[in-house]
Amino acid sequence: MQVTSSVRAPLVTGGKKAKDVTQDICRQVEGAPTRAWVVGMIISLITLGFGAFCLGSLWWEGLGLWGLNKTIGWSWDITNFVWWVGIGHAGTLISAILLLFRQKWRTSINRAAEAMTIFAVLCAATFILAHMGRPWLAHWALPLPNTYGSLWVNFNSALVWDVFAISTYLTVSLVFWYVGLIPDFATIRERAKGTRRFVYGMLSFGWTGSAKDWSRYEAVSLVLAGLSTPLVLSVHTIVSMDFATSIIPGWHTTIFPPYFVAGAIFSGFAMVLTLMLITRVVFKLEDYITIAHIESMNKIIVLTGSIVGVAYITEFFIAAYSGVPYEQYAFINRAFGPYWWAYASMMTCNVISPQLFWIKKVRTSIVWTFILSIIVNIGMWFERFVIICTSLHRDFIPSSWAMFYPTMYDVGVYLFTFGFFFTCFLLFAKYFPVINMAEVKAIIKSSSENKKSH
Amino acid sequence: MENKKTYWRGVEELTKDPEFLKHAYSEFPEFVPVKEQSGSEGEGTNRRDFLKLLGFGIGAVSLAACEAPVKKAIPYLDKPEEVEPGIANYYASTFVDGGDYCSILVKTREGRPIKIEGNKLSPVSAGGTSARVQASVLSLYDSGRTQSFLKAGATITKEKADAEIIAALAGASQIRIVSQTILSPSTKAVIAQFKEKYPSTVHIQYDPSSASGILDANKQSFGKRVLPSYDFSKAKTIVSIGADFLGTWISPVEFSKQFAAGRKLNKSKKEMSRLYAFESNLSLTGSNADYREPVLPSQEGLVALSLLKLVSGGTSSIKSAKLKKASDDLLANKGASLVVAGSNDVNVQIIVNEINKVLGNYGTTVDINTPSYYRQGDDAEMNKFVDELKAKSIDAVLFLNANPVYDHPRGAEIKQALGGLKLSVSFNDRKDETSELCTYLTPDNHYLESWGDAMPKKGQWSLIQPTINAVYGTRQAQESLLIWAGASNTNFGDFVASYWNANVLSGASFNKALHDGVFSSASSSEETSESSTADISAAEAAVLAVKAGGLEAKLYEKVGMGWGSQAGNPWLQEFPDPISKATWDNYVAVPASYASANGLKQGSVVTVKANGKEISLPVLIQPGQAANSVSIALGYGRKISGRPKEVIGVNAFALASATGSVSYNLTNVTITPTGEFREIAQTQTHDTIMDRPVVQETTLAQFLKDPMKHRFQPMITTPDGKKKPHEVSLWVKEHEKPNHLWQMAIDLNSCIGCGACVISCQAENNVPVVGRDEVIRRREMHWIRIDRYYSSDAETKEEGKYFGSNYDALEVASDNPQVVFMPMLCQHCNHAPCETVCPVAATTHSSEGLNQMAYNRCFGTRYCANNCPYKVRRFNWFKYFDNEERFPENISMNTEMGRMVLNPDVTVRSRGVMEKCSMCVQRIQEGKLAAKKAKTAVKDGAINVACATACPTDAIVFGDVNDQESRVYKEKMVENKERAYAVLEELNVQPNIHYLSKIRNNEA
Repeated sequence: MQVTSSVRAPLVTGGKKAKDVTQDICRQVEGAPTRAWVVGMIISLITLGFGAFCLGSLWWEGLGLWGLNKTIGWSWDITNFVWWVGIGHAGTLISAILLLFRQKWRTSINRAAEAMTIFAVLCAATFILAHMGRPWLAHWALPLPNTYGSLWVNFNSALVWDVFAISTYLTVSLVFWYVGLIPDFATIRERAKGTRRFVYGMLSFGWTGSAKDWSRYEAVSLVLAGLSTPLVLSVHTIVSMDFATSIIPGWHTTIFPPYFVAGAIFSGFAMVLTLMLITRVVFKLEDYITIAHIESMNKIIVLTGSIVGVAYITEFFIAAYSGVPYEQYAFINRAFGPYWWAYASMMTCNVISPQLFWIKKVRTSIVWTFILSIIVNIGMWFERFVIICTSLHRDFIPSSWAMFYPTMYDVGVYLFTFGFFFTCFLLFAKYFPVINMAEVKAIIKSSSENKKSH
Repeated sequence: MENKKTYWRGVEELTKDPEFLKHAYSEFPEFVPVKEQSGSEGEGTNRRDFLKLLGFGIGAVSLAACEAPVKKAIPYLDKPEEVEPGIANYYASTFVDGGDYCSILVKTREGRPIKIEGNKLSPVSAGGTSARVQASVLSLYDSGRTQSFLKAGATITKEKADAEIIAALAGASQIRIVSQTILSPSTKAVIAQFKEKYPSTVHIQYDPSSASGILDANKQSFGKRVLPSYDFSKAKTIVSIGADFLGTWISPVEFSKQFAAGRKLNKSKKEMSRLYAFESNLSLTGSNADYREPVLPSQEGLVALSLLKLVSGGTSSIKSAKLKKASDDLLANKGASLVVAGSNDVNVQIIVNEINKVLGNYGTTVDINTPSYYRQGDDAEMNKFVDELKAKSIDAVLFLNANPVYDHPRGAEIKQALGGLKLSVSFNDRKDETSELCTYLTPDNHYLESWGDAMPKKGQWSLIQPTINAVYGTRQAQESLLIWAGASNTNFGDFVASYWNANVLSGASFNKALHDGVFSSASSSEETSESSTADISAAEAAVLAVKAGGLEAKLYEKVGMGWGSQAGNPWLQEFPDPISKATWDNYVAVPASYASANGLKQGSVVTVKANGKEISLPVLIQPGQAANSVSIALGYGRKISGRPKEVIGVNAFALASATGSVSYNLTNVTITPTGEFREIAQTQTHDTIMDRPVVQETTLAQFLKDPMKHRFQPMITTPDGKKKPHEVSLWVKEHEKPNHLWQMAIDLNSCIGCGACVISCQAENNVPVVGRDEVIRRREMHWIRIDRYYSSDAETKEEGKYFGSNYDALEVASDNPQVVFMPMLCQHCNHAPCETVCPVAATTHSSEGLNQMAYNRCFGTRYCANNCPYKVRRFNWFKYFDNEERFPENISMNTEMGRMVLNPDVTVRSRGVMEKCSMCVQRIQEGKLAAKKAKTAVKDGAINVACATACPTDAIVFGDVNDQESRVYKEKMVENKERAYAVLEELNVQPNIHYLSKIRNNEA
């Protein structure tokens, strides 16, 4: 392990010992469900049920149940897709890039963040399927051998790149997450009896805790971190190319890849914060997820928020400077057209509100952090809506200009993904160790270190 | 070469195994195994085998029952010689609806009429069609038509009905036949025969869109109650005073064709006619005018009178620069000008006659010696009929395809009086307002099932032939009349043939006439004196007596709906009005000034009160509507039996006044908001072009000075200097189009925006009808649309610089806007943005330049539609076929009969796939195949697309630009090179559709 300066503030407070860590984390897994968890689960399942009805109707009747039209072919569907993919970004960033940079504070939050990533990407995938006119043919997007001879996917299409990007991302994240879970499953297995022992035994893949196991574990983690790192950049870059490679003013923008990646990290961190602040209180993990964690994450939020803000202003400048009338109109229309309120929400939530984190009191306040984390995610939703819907609704030929009005089914399918996400997250929080016990144990001050400091 | 090899069936044959040889020459050399396997010898089938077979049998039968639905395809027992499956037959016929006339070719497939094309042989309609003509084929299969004879709503056999009606007629003392204008001389002969049998019969003609005023004026001026023939092509200056001759007035297809001839430009023709319009509502004619001035409906007469004063050297009482300019132009083009008025006021028409006489237009642009018969109705006679009906001096009425309860201003009175008749018979196609009240409903055939003829004007004859047997239990009205008249031969086909042989053909072949559909006879020498005998001063006094009063209203007809005879046709209901782009409703069109002054918004429902009657309609804010006036479309609110929604819109006929001739101009109208709201389903909601070079236009004077100045010519800056967009390419080598390159040239000068192409495309390409709600959601499916833009008073500081410009003002149309129409369809880009983004390569480019859709491959991501800069792609949001619950209006895909109209060469698209204009690829393939069989190259003109064939003004030219002799090549590369442009050329998508810029003949 890397040597840490003894003057650094401890990452885990409360003088926790290795045994306390095991106790604190396993308590949720082994105890009966709490009332709060049950209530949360019921709400999630109800949301999921209503969402499933809407999604089912959509698939039965057709996409006409949504509010889309001849001019606006994508609106809430792809907005939600990009939003969920963006949210998923924090997990990989925390577990891969911060691992490579030896940021040890990440150990308390990476497990939950990765879980969030996976669930969020699954939610995003829901929209990939849901937005198709004929979702039962979704496999055509894969370059599968077929009976049509040379019929292949169109490799020019950014949507095909998307399929590769998202599926790679999901696979690598899932493996990374699961590998990290193995030692912790083994810990739970050791403490359990009967069926539970069998189940967790299966989940832990026969982990023995030998030095060889640990060495391989570390090696695999590093390799996966190395694999994931480019994915952090590539996934949202490719998602942004869905727009950047088109010709629609407001979409056709070379700034999109970095701007989307920054936005994704921005929203991902905000979502991690929202979830962790709740988990921390409900599961009494204040000693593991400390104010220092929250502050570090808030710093990243203010950085990425500012990057996004600069990108918004750059776009506007380029539109004015380019002299391309359609481009100019697209941006004027964003800010002052019929959807000005969406643009205003985006600017307020994404650019102005995170600037409050420059104030130390705000960024170390749990209440402020919680509120702002939600505001940021609202803002990021509007960002995608602004890009997708307001660019489409008034493009080149004025005769086709139209408005988009969402229907119950637009809302319902969005709720479906919320229900799905929280159901998965609650199951995870209850049955999986929400904090990486093995890694946290490596960063608590050992008794020998305590002695040295005398 | 002799084959010396020997093949053995097995080693047994080689070794000549005796057991094998024993059976070698029997049919089944091996033992049939069944018997051997069964238990004891001699027994056939044992119990287990029996059960097995039984089980198999039941299984097979039940499986077969599941898997094989009963198909209702019945092959011919004796195939008719001329019907070849897969090959279309065309028959010449005539579309007649009241006084509306169009000579047509009917395309039939396997005996079903599926498409109407214009008949180029006709000197009258000359191959042009209108939306109403195109849509009429769908009405044939409308299952809402009455399918048998009815007596008081209950089915009755034809024989019984005939017997009862004949008995009733015999006992009737006063019989009236009420009809719209009858163009058919044979039908008139039938009526004459009927009159012989029942001498008390009086035949009354009236027109829902009455031209009684013109007829009466001509009676006074020339002693003949007829319409003249007009020739707009010879007129250099045209003035229309409220006559929408391009849209709805008298014979719009014919007039559009003539008008367009005067507007076309080419290498050698650099002059255009000039059109002035003085009107209250923005009509199709007004929107095509070079100069348009909104005038109140009541002032139409005054405008005509002022014009008369001006052209005869006097002074005008109206101070109008445009009127003065119009009179100057008229005087400069004496004998080559034309003034028409839409007013149904005889005095106004007398003045218009006088203007044309002063200008010397009789004999050149107006021909009273070749009268036309499109409108023969007499409002006075109809009024007399209603009075008689009310006075109960009539005891039998036969409504011959007339629905006066609905479409006559005194309909309510007729409705009340109908009850007391001894006999009332309606020949209407369905239970409508009139036929509901009649004792007998003896439905007439659809015109595509009928024999008949028409004489649109003197010397021009036209035949109607049936293209299918009557699909329902209807009978042709003429046949019914012949039966009731006790004729010996009641076959109307024979009747027409003998009438023609006796009266028309003068020895020419009937079959030839039937083949051509039209016949022109030498005009007789009967001349009418062109000196007017009408009392001008009396007319003048009458016109001056008309006072403007309060808020005024104009009742007008829509291009698609007319007077509502085809209100049951969903294609026409969903046909966007050329001006307002509204579908599925009529409305009160109000000027923006009135709306803002009275707090009305688009869609506010108001009660309109006029002549003591009132109706409630939503408001539509209409640029160009004369201040202090409103306009309301007729033809809506008609009962359409057999549909879930029986009434669409509100009937405005009742508001018209019918004292004397019917007046569609109303004064002292009051409008009260009801507080309700009804959204109007428009296919276009943004009115202005936002100062974009999408439509490129200039004036004729400018164009002659510098033909390229008005053209937007984008340049792309590259390291090697500025280049034209098409010179810059990502690709090293372009894909070659070695054989054909199909392109189109659309002349914005000729396009009048009538929308015939929209319906023609709908019929050709099985485009679904989606209904009002879906249009409100902006999901209409038309493959070709006509974009309509109003000019705005605002403009950008510098072309296309929105920053620093008042872009809000750009969205507001002028009060009296200039209008431009632009047909917009798939541009078949050679660098198509839709093609690159499709993840599954469902849309690809052909080596002939077509942008193709493989519906089967599409899984509906809609990325292509998003990336289409022209927004011409249409998505199947729902399953539009076999989905009657959701789309009851889409009768061509959801009813058993309606499906007969589908074009078998075009796939009906399923839910979840994208579709768009295919450039009628089925026609291209058919044409190429025909050329291949004939071992020739494809001749220019042998293939033509549905939109182009329908166009009455030949605005759309289609062809192969690889053929330098083709019309399309010449049009854009030779004749109108300076005007040809691609929309959004700067995007370098390289469309195969080019537009010829619009040239206006004005100074603005």
